[in-house]
Amino acid sequence: MTQTTDKLSKDQLLSLYRTMAVIRRTEEQLARAHQAGLIHGACHTYVGEEAVATGVCANLRTDDAVFSTHRGHGHALAKGVSPAALMAELFGRATGVSRGRGGSMHLFAPEVGMMGTSGIVGPCILQAAGAGYSFKLLNTDRVGVAFFGDGASNNGAFHEGLNMASIWKLPVLFICENNLYATEISINQSAGNPNVAERAVAYNIPGVQVDGNDVLKVYEAAREATLRARSGAGPTLIECRTYRTRAHAEGMRDAGYRSAEEVDAWKARDPLKLLAAQLPAADVAAIEAEVKAQVDAAYDFARNSPYPDPATATTHVFAD
Amino acid sequence: MRELTYTAAAREALAEQMAIDPTIFVVGEGIGPRGGNFMTTAGLYDLYGPMRLRDTPIAERGFIGLCTGAAMTGSRPVVDFMFLDFILDGMGELINQVAKIQYMSDGRLKMPIVLRGSIGVGGSAATHHSGNYYSIFAHIPGFKVVLPSTPYDAKGLFKTALRGNDPVMFLEHKLLLNTKGPVPEEDYEIPFGQARIARAGGKGCRATVVALASMVRKTLEACDQLAKDGIDIEVIDPRTVAPLDTDTILESLHKTGRLLIVDETFAPCGIGAEIAAQAVDRALDDLDAPVKRLNGAFAPTPYSPPLEAAMIPNATTIEAAIRDLLAE
Ligand SMILES: Cc1ncc(C[n+]2csc(CCOP(=O)(O)OP(=O)(O)O)c2C)c(N)n1
Ligand SMILES: [Mg+2]
Repeated sequence: MTQTTDKLSKDQLLSLYRTMAVIRRTEEQLARAHQAGLIHGACHTYVGEEAVATGVCANLRTDDAVFSTHRGHGHALAKGVSPAALMAELFGRATGVSRGRGGSMHLFAPEVGMMGTSGIVGPCILQAAGAGYSFKLLNTDRVGVAFFGDGASNNGAFHEGLNMASIWKLPVLFICENNLYATEISINQSAGNPNVAERAVAYNIPGVQVDGNDVLKVYEAAREATLRARSGAGPTLIECRTYRTRAHAEGMRDAGYRSAEEVDAWKARDPLKLLAAQLPAADVAAIEAEVKAQVDAAYDFARNSPYPDPATATTHVFAD
Repeated sequence: MRELTYTAAAREALAEQMAIDPTIFVVGEGIGPRGGNFMTTAGLYDLYGPMRLRDTPIAERGFIGLCTGAAMTGSRPVVDFMFLDFILDGMGELINQVAKIQYMSDGRLKMPIVLRGSIGVGGSAATHHSGNYYSIFAHIPGFKVVLPSTPYDAKGLFKTALRGNDPVMFLEHKLLLNTKGPVPEEDYEIPFGQARIARAGGKGCRATVVALASMVRKTLEACDQLAKDGIDIEVIDPRTVAPLDTDTILESLHKTGRLLIVDETFAPCGIGAEIAAQAVDRALDDLDAPVKRLNGAFAPTPYSPPLEAAMIPNATTIEAAIRDLLAE
């Protein structure tokens, strides 16, 4: 792979760091809020995996369409949802990104191309292929992007979606976040071939495996895939090897299925630390201070936002 | 007026709307050069090519999911599924995604997707090609469920489906596909949620029969028979079961005092149960007799002609059910 650090300006690198920091600090705040009882339902954090959403979305435009999964906070933030709108959603408020209808697993912000996350594992793969179909039909150079886990790669949607995207050369990025576990089931137990990228061969599309904790590697792979998609050459499967360092969901136990040594080894390869090591410490500190203020303000905004009016509980079932 | 088959009428609606709206595309197995298993797209591939008449792999869940994403991003997919039985593999996409995304996005996303294909018992199709299942979809908030029973309705209702912004299940009973009827050449829409009075009863009319899909024709046959004995019946075809035009049914009941629902599919939790509940709830005082249902048998659909025929109402059993209702 080409040397990316040379290609990216310092500002671009700082911007990647800022996005990762926004995701990390927002997730940490959400975890505390969960403990404080402010979150009414589930909360799947993205801590440890920030480089994936950040590296991919840095290549996207607002009018590109992202479809994601139950672990979607990072995708929403990287695509342009504000921490305030995300937090308010998890707090069940009217100012939330889905106006309080979704919580952690149903984030909709079509204004910024965040087309939705889903409490069902798998459909985002198909929907991203469908966005690719639209964009091709409508003669645009927009792309569809699916983020999904290693667990989803064993679902039939993966096969059907990648096959259709291949035969019709759809402008789609399939981003598999292989964090080695689906809840507590290891990929080695659930996949005949745990190297997800190798499955691309079966669909005759490019498949690349990258270090998902290295935002520059992710950025570069996604850049090639995005250019390829925009030029009409079709989809790419990118497997990002990464790790969630918190429990599957907040409040769940996180023991018995993986070792402390394994968790520590991945923490040592923290994606924020890896990038920070290449940046001036003062710049990193300045970004951290900015992000802290932003997340604090988001938290206050979310906590003080009103709940939705119960009279609106059944609106928008239909358009007509 | 010119006569067309039911399928030709629906195809005319599709062709006319595709000519106006370049965002419409059709997916399905054999709907491209082959023109559709039921000729639903005959001739269209030559006009619009593969991007808009897309032959798919046998991946029903996959292409429903793909069309979901397409509908969210500016196009209008028409899923031509051949037999309703085939899209049961896509139930998760339909119920969890298609039906819910407008609501979950607080109305910021639209879901203009039409799912069309055949339903119904007939022709020894046996149990994997005879499904009806419309009451399942009518149960789910987010679907419009259309059951045209005439070529005229097929064209007008299909136009409405293609111009709206909601998910529509457009279900064509296989025994109706080749039936003929008058169809205007001009453009027209038939609004959803507006029942058709298929046979208007006169002053002395003594019962209202609601019939769905292919049961409309069979009920009309039964009524012709009853008319010979001077028995006058009003027949209502709801045309869409979601939304369901209960008002028209209850207006008729107000006049006749008796209500029978004829539906070839299973009775439990079905459209007939819903209509009966609404009649009791909203029009108890109008009822001179218990609400009655005549449904298909509660079993999978068998192949052998005498077995298959035993599963569903016919003109004779409908006539008998009406006579029983009048005797109540
Ligand atoms: C169809 C479906 N089956 C099961 C679940 C329950 N579930 C939620 S997350 C999850 C694990 C998903 O693993 P993976 O795709 O690897 O994503 P990760 O949580 O590791 O990010 C499961 C089984 C679900 N949400 N949807
Ligand atoms: Mg996983």
